[in-house]
Amino acid sequence: MGQRLIYLDNNSTTPTDPRAVEAMLPYFYENPGNAASRNHPAGWAAEGAVDLAREQIADLINADTREIIFTSGATEGDNLALKGVFEMYKRKGNHIITAKTEHKAVLDACKKIEQMGGEVTYLDVKNDGLIDLGELEAAITDKTIMISIMWANNETGVIQPMEEIGQICEKHGVLFMSDATQAVGKIPVDPRKVGVHLMAFTSHKMYGPKGVGALYVSRKNPRVKVTSQMDGGGHERGMRSGTLNVPGIVGFGKAAAIAKDEMHQDAARLSKMRDRLQKGLCDILEECYVNGNEDHRMPHVTNISFKHVEGEGLMMTFNQNIALSSGSACTSASLEPSYVLVALGLGDDLAHSSLRFSLGRFTTEEDIDVTIKQVSEGVTHMRELSPIWEMYKEGVDIDAIEWSAH
Amino acid sequence: MAYSEKLLDHFKNPRNVGTMDKADKGVGTGLVGAPECGDVMRLQIHVDPITQKITDAKFKTFGCGSAIASSSLATEWLKGKSVDEALAIDNMAIVEELALPPVKIHCSVLAEDAIKGAIKDYQTKNGIPVTVVEHTH
Repeated sequence: MGQRLIYLDNNSTTPTDPRAVEAMLPYFYENPGNAASRNHPAGWAAEGAVDLAREQIADLINADTREIIFTSGATEGDNLALKGVFEMYKRKGNHIITAKTEHKAVLDACKKIEQMGGEVTYLDVKNDGLIDLGELEAAITDKTIMISIMWANNETGVIQPMEEIGQICEKHGVLFMSDATQAVGKIPVDPRKVGVHLMAFTSHKMYGPKGVGALYVSRKNPRVKVTSQMDGGGHERGMRSGTLNVPGIVGFGKAAAIAKDEMHQDAARLSKMRDRLQKGLCDILEECYVNGNEDHRMPHVTNISFKHVEGEGLMMTFNQNIALSSGSACTSASLEPSYVLVALGLGDDLAHSSLRFSLGRFTTEEDIDVTIKQVSEGVTHMRELSPIWEMYKEGVDIDAIEWSAH
Repeated sequence: MAYSEKLLDHFKNPRNVGTMDKADKGVGTGLVGAPECGDVMRLQIHVDPITQKITDAKFKTFGCGSAIASSSLATEWLKGKSVDEALAIDNMAIVEELALPPVKIHCSVLAEDAIKGAIKDYQTKNGIPVTVVEHTH
């Protein structure tokens, strides 16, 4: 390849910070212990390492260490929170409220809950990706046990009004669950402050290793319980059995400590670079549309539609050099573009034309220069090939054409 | 997903990109797909009225790399063929030539449909009975 790959897909996963890797290494061979082995030094060393990590993670989100349940990642955390609450609070009600722009881990867990006799309301979002608080409150019934709204969206970076949602939950005595995968470690996240009772997040979106995550479960006001979804040795206060991934947890803890120290400077630097990237592309190219609310948005993300260019094809013009994601999935299995962008009211054509740029701690100014250049060249090239760009330029009303949908 | 050299070559150096005059009697235009499906292919042919051979072919495609490569390849194959030979082009030949992965077979189907659409348009315009071809897919 010769050239370093420019990595702007940090919402998919972040590189593991070398400092986290270094912290993990002693826990593969030198310290082989199981954190549940209470009778020898190897076990004590592992337990001590897990305790420290738990403190580092609790510290990052201003929680008590006893409120951190280790999982394999956010998908497991989402499933445990949703299904665990549904089972535990069955007698109180069977209704859950969530939004259409949630991650599949939440939506598919909710689908399963519906099969288990639950009722789920999937809220629409406004065109800027934010939920309508009035609609949320109106959806609450006497059967509602939980509202699950993500902290920040993975595709658009849009941050939901967490404090206001928390107040609504408080007012109606409903549990507030949040998938905070994209937010923790990147912006200040304090579940207790905003009234979140359960919160799933993961290590590999905050420069820790893959395969480890955590579920925050509030211990007081209210004390929340979830029914375990994994049966076994009763680890993690009986909520999640299974031998702890000690090296992973150590790396997760180190990543949390680094995030606490560096999050603010990272965010300030990245938001400047993100703005420069967005402006650079939109200045050079016509017909660019930024998706999602720009004022309530993660500092490192921008999602842009380049009209009349198909995202996946566009990516092929530069994907040897730049890694990022598109809202277009052009496969025979799924011709549907991103359901998140469609929920924002984008036409399918604009959703197919979108690229998501997610910057990270290791993104450089030079990466941004190269990306502006190569992406704008790619869009220009693809528009020269695009029959609908040509029609648009000739003033043809593209919506008036009767397309032969395949 | 790793793409074949041939596919990448057609994607990076697409052949016969362009637009012919739709109003020209010798030109047939096939426009298939839909923006909301993420693929729109426009394939045009110019047919010699005497020999009934395709003298030129052009395309423009909105779509993924496989869709662009499939239409680029189709224009290459069309040039010099008779209308009947062009109608015999099967999407699976495109799949084979470009080594399209299974999830991208629909791109070749679209290209075959665009060829047939262009020929039909030419025949209709010129009062030639439209050749009915059974779909192989």
